[in-house]
Amino acid sequence: MFEFLGITPQALVSQLLIGLINGSFYALLSLGLAVIFGLLNVINFIHGAQYMLGAMVAWIGLTQLGNWIGMPEFQLNYFVALFLAPLIVGLFSIVIEKTMLKRLYHLDHLYGLLLTFGLALVIEGMFRHWFGALGNSYPVPDVLQGGVRIGELFMPYYRLWVVFLALLVCFATWFFIERTSLGSLLRAGTENPKLLQALGVNVPLIVTLTYGAGCALAAFAGVMAAPIYQVTAVMGSNLIIVVFAVVVIGGMGSIAGAILTGLGLGVVEGLTKVFYPQASSISIFVIMIIVLLIKPAGLFGKSN
Amino acid sequence: MKKTAIATLAASLFVAASMPVLAQTVTDNEIRIGVLTDLSGIYSAIEGPGGVLAAQMAAKDFGGQVLGKKIVITSADTQSKADLASSKAREMFERDKVDMIVGNVSTASALAAMEVAEQFKKVSIVTGAASLQITNEKCTPYSVHYVYDTYALSRGTGKAVVDSGKKTWFFVTADYAFGHTLERDSTEVVVANGGKVLGGVKHPINTQDFSSFMAQAQASKAEVIALANAGGDTIGSVKQAAELGLMNSKQTLVPLLMFTSDIQALGLRQTSGMTFTEGWYWDHSDANRKFAERFMKEFKGKAPTSPQAGVYSATMQYLKAVEATKTDNSDAVIKQMKAVEINDGLFKGKIRADGKFEHDMYLLEVKKPNESKNPNDVAKVIKVIAAKDATLPLSQSKCKFVTK
Repeated sequence: MFEFLGITPQALVSQLLIGLINGSFYALLSLGLAVIFGLLNVINFIHGAQYMLGAMVAWIGLTQLGNWIGMPEFQLNYFVALFLAPLIVGLFSIVIEKTMLKRLYHLDHLYGLLLTFGLALVIEGMFRHWFGALGNSYPVPDVLQGGVRIGELFMPYYRLWVVFLALLVCFATWFFIERTSLGSLLRAGTENPKLLQALGVNVPLIVTLTYGAGCALAAFAGVMAAPIYQVTAVMGSNLIIVVFAVVVIGGMGSIAGAILTGLGLGVVEGLTKVFYPQASSISIFVIMIIVLLIKPAGLFGKSN
Repeated sequence: MKKTAIATLAASLFVAASMPVLAQTVTDNEIRIGVLTDLSGIYSAIEGPGGVLAAQMAAKDFGGQVLGKKIVITSADTQSKADLASSKAREMFERDKVDMIVGNVSTASALAAMEVAEQFKKVSIVTGAASLQITNEKCTPYSVHYVYDTYALSRGTGKAVVDSGKKTWFFVTADYAFGHTLERDSTEVVVANGGKVLGGVKHPINTQDFSSFMAQAQASKAEVIALANAGGDTIGSVKQAAELGLMNSKQTLVPLLMFTSDIQALGLRQTSGMTFTEGWYWDHSDANRKFAERFMKEFKGKAPTSPQAGVYSATMQYLKAVEATKTDNSDAVIKQMKAVEINDGLFKGKIRADGKFEHDMYLLEVKKPNESKNPNDVAKVIKVIAAKDATLPLSQSKCKFVTK
């Protein structure tokens, strides 16, 4: 039945799998954005830069840090970076929230957007200046080298690991926010922060930590992306626009919506790459237009 | 007698009247050269800030002035976008009174800037962009194409690979003018030498993930997977091809345009053994090495790429032509540039009527990690391609003002 499409079933399955991998990056990034938007009402445009910072921390740790601290042999292991990079970027983001972003909460969304957009340009500009526009390669960790042949496609173990880890983290985040008591405080904070504060909950602290956690998710995705893509200063800015489209399609602020839409759109984009590759960079935006026309609040969003 | 005197007077008056044109030396008291290139976009590592440095080095080596007028180097960022290239070129000519522009890494921006330069009757020298169109269908009387073009790239790499016995090809092509021309020119070479193109895929410029395209290339079972793209796209393609195990298979990955900067960014482990064609390589001759050493001192230890060396050489040639013609009038200068033999140590050849700088090209091979002595030591020249084999014969030119 696939003959008329000009592609064998095996090839189609492998392309779907590749789409799913890209989709898991979209899911992870849009999840962070959705969490931040849901609670802070901030359109976090630094998200791409934070993703880049995650990858950069991993790369610097592996190749540069040893020389900087005078121990050329020292290398920050990938798995340590997977834990450390989100922590560093999370703390960095908390500083941004505490010193800058916090002052804009009472203003229109646009101000937050402008601030974070500006910060993203500054951060990316600095890293481009320091490490060049072409960036650097980050090797796949030894334990995850190699791969398995699925039909015609050679599927690297590393990519399977990425899908597994991304889905795990997405599920854990969703579970935490939707199913635990701390998560319910978070959601209450979105609905009515003043009332929650009156009940004795430290809402500003929750807000700060949520922002840090959302940004840490971006850095986590960045470390995972480092061995697949080139680690460059602009790796995030290429992705962030797509991820915003994903959030808009899924519905602003919807956690499950962000995850499912991210995965789904990765697959759609993957299929475009097979059937009409020229349009692969715009397919998601075409879908965005259609969704906004039919359901302005997004697929999973609630209109208010 | 009286008649003769009047005639002489009239003649000298006539000469005097025409004098301002002849004696017009340098307008607005400075020679201004604009480096119009990608300073921050996808192709900025290929030329970018290093191209600006190269132009400054040339101005300095020329003594800082020509015909007693100061040489001023300005620069502007095109980000490899055609609209920006066009508006920045206009700004350079109108506001900054630039006499010549040099640079442009992407074909789209080069063509846009050339069009503006022609309107203003100013010289534009393309050092980075590759499409053959620049001196063919889209040629202008004021433009020079300096370092390499898609014809040379396909004749170099394409022929070498087909000759090595790899006959079936699959193209991964950047979906814009440059990629299309490179694919078209390479296809011609492949077919003419008994090869066959099995298929191809066109991807948008600046694509993040190439694994889907690489999987399609893999499924095509072609012996050669040719990359008709550049810069960040080439890097992405090679990296993800390696990830999908293409390097250890029977299929060969062939980048049709690759620079030392790309190899450095990817590392030798993923690129060793690849062949590619270049117009210039820093470690090929003593003169090149000498230039490279000076360049490295001022550019964080990075060796110059071929477009960067091209900016230096082109700026020198332009200044020499200004000096020889004693004017910055573009018509006179371009005529002079096309009249002389060029041999400045870095490049040797002649600029033809259509603006194509005809010179030898080089087929290079990426070194193995253990052969490389330092981070800049990434490739070796395995074959010199004679200028006449690397250049479209004038008789086949589609350039509108070339008389055949």
